[in-house]
Amino acid sequence: MGRKLLLEKAHVEGIRYYDVYRREGGYRSVEKALKSMTPDEVTEEVKKSGLRGRGGAGFPTGMKWSFLAKPEGVPRYLVVNADESEPGTFKDRYLMEFIPHLLIEGIIVSSYALGANTSYIYIRGEYAWIPDILEQAIAEARNNGWLGKNIMGTGYSLEIYVQRGAGAYICGEETALLESLEGKRGNPRIKPPFPAVKGLYDCPTVVNNVETIAAVVPIVNDGGEEYAKIGVGRSTGTKLMSACGNIRKPGVYEIDMTISVEEFIFSDEYCGGIANGKRLKACIPGGSSVPILPANLLLKTAKGETRYMHYESLSDGGFATGSMMGSGGFIVLDEDQCIVKHTYTLARFYRHESCGQCSPCREGTGWMEKILWNIDNGKGKMSDIDLLWDIQGKIEGNTICPLGDAAAWPVAAAIRHFRDEFEWHVKNPAECMQRNYGLAHYADPIHVPVTA
Amino acid sequence: MVQFSEEKMAKVKEIIARYPEGKQKSALMPILHLAQEEWGWLSAETMDYVAGILSLEPIEVYEVATFYTMYNLKPVGKHVFEVCHTGPCMLRGSDDIIAYIKEKLGIGVGETTPDGLFTLKTAECLGACGYAPMMQMGKHYREHLTPEKIDQIIDECRRNASAAN
Repeated sequence: MGRKLLLEKAHVEGIRYYDVYRREGGYRSVEKALKSMTPDEVTEEVKKSGLRGRGGAGFPTGMKWSFLAKPEGVPRYLVVNADESEPGTFKDRYLMEFIPHLLIEGIIVSSYALGANTSYIYIRGEYAWIPDILEQAIAEARNNGWLGKNIMGTGYSLEIYVQRGAGAYICGEETALLESLEGKRGNPRIKPPFPAVKGLYDCPTVVNNVETIAAVVPIVNDGGEEYAKIGVGRSTGTKLMSACGNIRKPGVYEIDMTISVEEFIFSDEYCGGIANGKRLKACIPGGSSVPILPANLLLKTAKGETRYMHYESLSDGGFATGSMMGSGGFIVLDEDQCIVKHTYTLARFYRHESCGQCSPCREGTGWMEKILWNIDNGKGKMSDIDLLWDIQGKIEGNTICPLGDAAAWPVAAAIRHFRDEFEWHVKNPAECMQRNYGLAHYADPIHVPVTA
Repeated sequence: MVQFSEEKMAKVKEIIARYPEGKQKSALMPILHLAQEEWGWLSAETMDYVAGILSLEPIEVYEVATFYTMYNLKPVGKHVFEVCHTGPCMLRGSDDIIAYIKEKLGIGVGETTPDGLFTLKTAECLGACGYAPMMQMGKHYREHLTPEKIDQIIDECRRNASAAN
């Protein structure tokens, strides 16, 4: 059993409510930070912990905090990104539903470190029942003196508000989120200036993911160095993985980033193996936008080494033969799944979610969707595969925000690793409507090292 | 005429107070949610009314209401089935669930039953991938869907509707 820092208490009965949460040691980090640490000392612990943003980008949190501008007399904000919308990802929802006080506690400590007196939790609109849970936790925290004016007599004051989105994946991008929070369309801003300098209402702002903020609690309680001892190398601490697709036990798992991908998929402690006795074909390990890998490259790197569930190992080999940790949305495909169909649904998703600001993304995502639909429905041409490759390459890197990249990468990786399945669809237009390509050679051992 | 009740107006004021002075535009999305809960959808009249409350130009409300998919710009059925069909749900059979609902209700995606009781929509990833196939129904999710579960849900809605009549 790996160490659990966030979900260890998630199943204690009544943990959603303040009394139980407090009895189980909740809000200790607030007492410790506000009474015995300066804001900079809190930031220093977060830096020492090596914590990296858990929303997908993996940027060091302590460094992000240290970029926050602190001009005199200008308010600063902490905005929590709870707009969890990356297909395959449902970990923040789990944390907020089962142990909401952990997020509230993390927000108080983090806001103290940043010198923010107002914090907003921006939650995706579809999670419509969760704001009630969070608002109840906020009310309980306030009634017990952890929020409001002059918290514990320290002179520090904080208010937390919950803001619901209304169905737009793009608002997970931090500047689109800020636009939305200001009551506008979720169009990402051109950076620089970064939110750390000019964020919400043009004030210095830090935007952090739910899981990131929750992780600040054990970091303050135990110290950054203790946190950094868990995990491997630059993958410190624990990570929430949301596992889904064709596995026996879909769900949210907290891992300490020392286990192998094989153990995560096949061990009964985690995914419990492939459902219905089928074989593993492919997997997207970190949310729909990161590259899909065939079974053989998923379990072992191109060098033939075991692949592990941490940032560095998952990205070993770059995009040629590796993938990314991303948001931890772990999507598993069994031998009967069609890569073309699956890629089509993702392309449709990104077309639907493109904000329309940049032409390459607005136009390109629609073209990719249409071409993939054609191939999936036996109406594709060989040249379509090259056309798809060409389009994705022209979207990537040519847009204001990373949605363009997120739309391009799944298409690129599907063609890179499963080109023969695409070609089979084109060559067998009638047959591809009747059956799937199957496992083919995608689980075969790789004998020759693959070069980029 | 479109107008919030006194109770709802108190809620509106509470929402506006969450933001700094002069930043009441931030209250737009929460108030549009409130309006939709009240009237089921956002008519031009409703949007103009919300613009008035927040001292915004009507266009500022229209551009937001048309950007976000959760705001209904036309009336919908009493119960809206929004079935997720993105990758992870597709892997768990969401296409079969959509086909089953279509057959059972005799409507296509985007359509409403003649009695105004049900609307069927498809949705892109709702963050319930591990509990697929699933759909959103109002404020809540219905997960691990099967044809039997769909039958139960539809029966339940019909019973409630006839009880209300």
